[in-house]
Amino acid sequence: MVKEYDNLDSHGEQTLSLRLRVWRQNRGAAGHFEDHALAAVPTSASFLEMMDMLNEQLIKEGKDTFAFDHDCREGICGMCSMTINGMPHGPLPGVTTCQLHMRNFRDGEMITVEPWRAKAFPVIKDLAVNRSAFDKVIQAGGFITVRTGSATEANNTLIPKPVADEAMDAAECIGCGACVASCKNGSAMLFVGAKINHLNILPQGQPERERRTLAMVKTMDDAGFGNCTNYGECQAHCPKSITLDVIAKLNRDYLRARVKEFFSSTGKPRKGGD
Amino acid sequence: MSACSCCQPASIGKKIVMALSGLVLAGFVLGHMTGNLLMFKGKDAINAYAEWLHAHPGLLWGARSVLILSTIAHIWTGVLLTLENRAARAGGPAVDATRRATLSSRTMPYSGVVILSFLVFHLLHYTFRTVALGGQEFGENVYAMVVAGFSQPAVAGFYIISMILLCLHLSHGISSVFQTLGLRNERWRGRLDFIATAYGWLIALGFISIPLAVLLGCIK
Repeated sequence: MVKEYDNLDSHGEQTLSLRLRVWRQNRGAAGHFEDHALAAVPTSASFLEMMDMLNEQLIKEGKDTFAFDHDCREGICGMCSMTINGMPHGPLPGVTTCQLHMRNFRDGEMITVEPWRAKAFPVIKDLAVNRSAFDKVIQAGGFITVRTGSATEANNTLIPKPVADEAMDAAECIGCGACVASCKNGSAMLFVGAKINHLNILPQGQPERERRTLAMVKTMDDAGFGNCTNYGECQAHCPKSITLDVIAKLNRDYLRARVKEFFSSTGKPRKGGD
Repeated sequence: MSACSCCQPASIGKKIVMALSGLVLAGFVLGHMTGNLLMFKGKDAINAYAEWLHAHPGLLWGARSVLILSTIAHIWTGVLLTLENRAARAGGPAVDATRRATLSSRTMPYSGVVILSFLVFHLLHYTFRTVALGGQEFGENVYAMVVAGFSQPAVAGFYIISMILLCLHLSHGISSVFQTLGLRNERWRGRLDFIATAYGWLIALGFISIPLAVLLGCIK
């Protein structure tokens, strides 16, 4: 028989007893924090598994569970979105909530869990927010024009390795919205910068370059995101460690697009890709 | 772009106006500071400089017009950006956990307001000569006016505090200019931040040296 310790489970793994302050809110109504105690949380559990344990406990108690977004649980889909102790995706830099493990917390710790806080991300329920503003930005310019029919020979368009690497670094953005949630201005410029850079520096992205930049910035502004004032919080909280470089290049491309639009020979904005 | 892009400037448009107007003002303070240092060269040097400026009204008013326009643009975009950003934040999280934002970046609106109030006081003090000079007339004698102005510790203290806040404002502002104009990357970020902080201190210490010298009796 295995001797039971307070902080070990039946597999001999260390467990934690936690005090949780979790945001409770229904769409359109005012929200509040709810306090819950959760015992026997294995240190190997992910943060989302801990939230699953809390919800199972609530179901057993006949209470309403907490709604939260999740999907792949392996750090690539961008669905998980919790502000943990004031930090989007929690205390570890370069890690999503689903890849954050409970070994990073102390036994008896009070953990505050909130949704992304931004005007452009209204709360749907509890910890789940509506991030369709990001989808609108992508719809406005996050595409390239290609001819349909048989695929062209891939090596027709040569891309230097450094350029491909740079585009890939920007394409790492999973669109989770942690940049907006961490920004003291609720600005989405790290996201928009990453998406614009990903396409604007590749040959395939050139036909729509100016149109893409202007349209995505316009859509971003209309969605109610704030303006970047170079705090750098987004880079420090981004689970994919996207750097402020993408915002510098976004600013540069925007300036370039406005100048080209202003001095275009037709006097009208160019519709690239037409 | 919408037809109304002039009435509702784009986010990056406002940032560019902010950066360029700030750059003009940051350049001005360097010129102003080096001119002021003539106080150390003696009474005749600073008075001759003031006289030369007033003898070229075209130059003086040309510079003043650019400065007034830049100041208005800087304040206008600053107010717009601050209000929009507060609204976009929607209160923020209940727990504050700042990882990287510097003190200077977080206090830009506040240091800006103090610098603006300082600017108003400074213009009333030495340009219109209506406050804190005890009703004395100095005419062309700028040197005597400056000494009389800074002989009051409260006035000199306000100047010194304002210049420290200007240093704080410049250390974030100058590095942001490069970012906003797209002239920065990860390799240059640290270097540009250093240059911006050094520039802020250069300006602040240059300006502070004069009231300090008056208070310590080095300039009489």
